[in-house]
Amino acid sequence: MTTLTTKFRLYWPLTKPLQSGLLLATGLAGYMSARCPIFSMGTLLGLAGSLFLAIAGSTVLNMWWDRDIDAKMGRTKKRSTSSGQVTEREVLRLGLILSLLGVGWAVAIDALFGIIVFAGLFFDVVVYSMWLKRRTAWSIVWGGISGAMPILAGRALGLGSIDWIGFILALGILFWIPTHTLTFSMKFEKDYAAACVPTFPSTYGLAVTRATIAISSVLAALMMVVAGYGIGMAWGFLRLLGVLSAGLLMLAVAITFKPSERVNFGLFKYASVYMLAAMVLVVIEAM
Amino acid sequence: MKMSPLDRVLLLVTGILAAYQVAVGIDGFSTVPIIAYTLAFGVLLVAGLLLIILGFEVLDSPIVVIVSTIIPLSLSLGLVWQHFASFQISYLVFAIISFLVVIVTRSISIQNKLPVITIAVTHGIAGMTIFLLPIILSIQGLTKPLFSLVGVGGALIGIGGLLLSFLKTGRPILSREMILKVLPGLLLLMTACFVAGFKYG
Repeated sequence: MTTLTTKFRLYWPLTKPLQSGLLLATGLAGYMSARCPIFSMGTLLGLAGSLFLAIAGSTVLNMWWDRDIDAKMGRTKKRSTSSGQVTEREVLRLGLILSLLGVGWAVAIDALFGIIVFAGLFFDVVVYSMWLKRRTAWSIVWGGISGAMPILAGRALGLGSIDWIGFILALGILFWIPTHTLTFSMKFEKDYAAACVPTFPSTYGLAVTRATIAISSVLAALMMVVAGYGIGMAWGFLRLLGVLSAGLLMLAVAITFKPSERVNFGLFKYASVYMLAAMVLVVIEAM
Repeated sequence: MKMSPLDRVLLLVTGILAAYQVAVGIDGFSTVPIIAYTLAFGVLLVAGLLLIILGFEVLDSPIVVIVSTIIPLSLSLGLVWQHFASFQISYLVFAIISFLVVIVTRSISIQNKLPVITIAVTHGIAGMTIFLLPIILSIQGLTKPLFSLVGVGGALIGIGGLLLSFLKTGRPILSREMILKVLPGLLLLMTACFVAGFKYG
């Protein structure tokens, strides 16, 4: 029992629970946004379980693949993968088991849903981490695409097909992700340089990075408002989404014209709150 | 001054109440009041979130004086538009002009007392409108008695606005520590009064 608890304590952070939880929330919101005529608790639990396993699995596989560069970066060198608390083989096995369980469960629930979940995992692990992350700063686009898959998968499961609203919701997530990743790459610029990982700040400079964050934040907000309108959100909820979007826009303008680490961090945090709030609104609206 | 967990909780509840008011509490009003109240409660919501995220240091930004003017001006505009049809346009003009004057006087370097006077007059008129109008209306029986809670909220916003504005203009009424200590509770109480007043009034 003690061994199991110790293992769990070591494995759990490898799944990045907060990040996985937020992506899972987008998947659930995508499903609820479809306002499925048959609201099945079994399907909802299956969606949550399979998505969480697949997202956690891909995160663990990324950590396994990036263990060498994680060891070179101050922010990540204490991770159990790079500090030697867990073996490489153990991490790989955990990542593969979680991924297979997640994708397998997803395919069993619905083929289209399973394909989109698998696409998310493939884009994240193979295209983003293994292929592009060490080659180009633009790898974040593929990381963004994989992050957009849970919401698309959730909506596709609810509808039985992919529609334009699902596409716009996915774009909203895709544009939201650079706010996160680019802020991190600015804050930990030296870490990434030490690990020889190309980033926007090291390739294009801070001004371009800040402008990219601002533009992507505005586009993310725009996409969420359009998606909200498409879903048929009540005017009151759209008003609230508009207010929250205005806050995001204000911070985006602030980091463009009056940049500081504090405002950067503020935008980074606010963008998370914004996305969570947008997802909550979608869910409440559908109930 | 470091923000305590209690301060964060108070600000979060303030934000949730303001969000409720924007999403649900003003449905059924006409266009101008909806825009005005959305502005007022929207600023409260975003300001609450930014305070939680960035801490009290965000109040050091010069933009705070301008933003803290939006809330009373737009709230009072909504109230006047709903209950004093004959003053609608004149109050709208007053709100726009005084907001522009606040922006100008806070944006350029002015050595005389004009920036302070502008803030005092704007907050004074808007604050008194939010404070008195709901109370008078409920006393006259034109609204339900609990609508007077909006007036109580008006009194609190007036106090909060003046404390912040004078702190920013370098002539604080109370010490910075004391203002920051009471601010989260004041914001929550004020928002709760507004939401309850609009709902049950």
